Amino acid sequence: MSHLLEVKDLKVSFDTYAGEVKAVRGVSFHLDGGETLAIVGESGCGKSVTVQTVMRLNPEPPARIVGGSVLYRGEELTAKSDKEMRAYRGKEFSMIFQDAMTSLNPVVRVGRQMVEAIRVHEKVPAEAARQRAIEMLGKVGLPNPEAVFRRYPHTMSGGQRQRVMIAMALCCHPSILLADEPTTALDVTTQAQILELMQDIQKETGCGIILITHNLGVVARMAERVAVMYAGRIVESGRLSDVFYRPKHPYTWGLLGSMPDMQERAGSRLTAIPGSPPDLFAPPKGCGFAARCPYCMELCLENDPPAFPVGEGHDARCWLLHPAAAACRPVPPAGRDPELVTADMAPRIRGYLEAEGGETDGR
Amino acid sequence: MVDKLTGEQPLVEVQDLKKYFQVGRGKVLHAVDGVSFSIPKGTTLGLVGESGCGKTTVGRTLVGLYKPDGGRIVFDGQDITGVKGKEKRALSRRMQMVYQDPYASLNPFFTVGEIITEGLEIHGIGESKKERMEIAYDLLHKVGLHREHANRFPHEFSGGQRQRVGLARSLAVNPSFIVCDEAISALDVSVQAQIVNMLVDFQQSMGLTYLFIAHDLSMVRYISDRTAVMYLGQLVEMGDIHEIYEHPAHPYTQGLLHAVPVADPDYEKARAGERVMRGEVASPINPAPGCRFCNRCPRATDACRGETPALRNVGGTHMVACHNL
Repeated sequence: MSHLLEVKDLKVSFDTYAGEVKAVRGVSFHLDGGETLAIVGESGCGKSVTVQTVMRLNPEPPARIVGGSVLYRGEELTAKSDKEMRAYRGKEFSMIFQDAMTSLNPVVRVGRQMVEAIRVHEKVPAEAARQRAIEMLGKVGLPNPEAVFRRYPHTMSGGQRQRVMIAMALCCHPSILLADEPTTALDVTTQAQILELMQDIQKETGCGIILITHNLGVVARMAERVAVMYAGRIVESGRLSDVFYRPKHPYTWGLLGSMPDMQERAGSRLTAIPGSPPDLFAPPKGCGFAARCPYCMELCLENDPPAFPVGEGHDARCWLLHPAAAACRPVPPAGRDPELVTADMAPRIRGYLEAEGGETDGR
Repeated sequence: MVDKLTGEQPLVEVQDLKKYFQVGRGKVLHAVDGVSFSIPKGTTLGLVGESGCGKTTVGRTLVGLYKPDGGRIVFDGQDITGVKGKEKRALSRRMQMVYQDPYASLNPFFTVGEIITEGLEIHGIGESKKERMEIAYDLLHKVGLHREHANRFPHEFSGGQRQRVGLARSLAVNPSFIVCDEAISALDVSVQAQIVNMLVDFQQSMGLTYLFIAHDLSMVRYISDRTAVMYLGQLVEMGDIHEIYEHPAHPYTQGLLHAVPVADPDYEKARAGERVMRGEVASPINPAPGCRFCNRCPRATDACRGETPALRNVGGTHMVACHNL
């Protein structure tokens, strides 16, 4: 069966004065209706560019789709013109952005912005569109939706604005919701409310959600599947429990280790990942994570690892997973700052590596 | 004065601190409204709460960036409320602040070396420019940067590196107390861990005392010895870090902890379906009398609407401000 959305080997570059930035360097994933896929990674890893390319939101140029395909219900989107894409944006997929204040038009009342979105896609009378907008505002939990309809974005709190943006995204009943750090700017209590709202909406409409975040707690609460991105590539992907409890990529280990644990006494040090992500003007020849990886081998500096399947629907791009990996000789990666290589990997993470077949459960 | 609860000599003691802002038309914003706490030497107090609860104002008032409208601040046994001039300058050598936004808090026209040595020059530390630069190199090394970085400008650094520069700047004058105001909030997770580890190391090696202001409850648990939870200008709960996280007594603290998503799928699955705390923070402008949390509180009674609850001891060092315990 084909998937609702299928992205295959997508490559996106930006042409800038300083040269070509290879922001996305071959990303593949899929999404089905009713499920939530979380894309996690640090700033600049290409997660936003990936989903923006699905909707073709990046101006081209400077953005350029170098290769790969985006299939929505079997239809190729990368070849469509901007005009053709307009029929999809807001109708088939909607996006929720991080910063509601800059995503809503500050000089137009909330209601008019919503009615506009509805009437672009559907031939409905103004009054019907108004009714639907008010209904949506009520659905996202805003008290007194008629009054909200007439308000300007700046008169509302961050949480309320985020709710308005979700209402607007849902106006045309999209089948995919792309949420780019939807709760990063919010307080934890508001974040919890917004996440709950997204879950309720998914239950009701059966839409697929792609959730971009760097908060692993949000991932654990929301997602069924996870894709971990690093330097323009998905380095590990799989079911939530596989990636969290049986991670296979050193970057995933580092990411999980750098989150303080709310459950147990944090007595030891956090597993900081030394250094910072590579420069995507000149992406490294081998594995993108090699320069920060405590298990880096000579091979990693020269050759980019393929995705090794490590379980059902679970794969990771790391040479350590190659059957012959044990024969490789570890070397300290070149140009590594000796001051920053003090990060002691937590024993539980080291356990993953030493265990044969990766059967260890980290918890 | 000796801390009544811990029996230790506190480095910083705040009694009934108040800071109001006039926002025009006779309206008064009660940013900090009667906050008392103390921080023993060499320990960390985590101050948590939602945005707008006044936690940053507490930090800024402590280091003298705001003049308090009431209450007393005692630092190392000396009353420093409203000190001016020379005394204030001398004090700024002992109290430093690390700011949230590493982009906005470094002067873009200064090199990193100038940023770090500025404080040294003001306080007359080091005989010559050369000597001060040596101190700066040493500090850069301590925060994991290189000597060469001293000649670069802030825009040439990543967020994490800038926060290291900010830390080096505050450490330059050899302070005993540092207010970290959301010092890691703007950083990526893996970089947050680098900075937090560094803060812990410096505390151990230099005996620093921290006020760690944050909204990320998991990081606060990691770094703090004690924690204080703030809501709309007032403390609602305070105590030993484990006590607060394991046995939160105030309904707000409970809601706040419950809202934090935990990076553990099984744990999250187990509590799926539990409803989250409703409502939003009320306005701090001319607040109504009574408990400020009562409009969101599931346990609110008429007593809560009438009278503001005071912090009272519920065992050990655990203090809670709630009528219904």
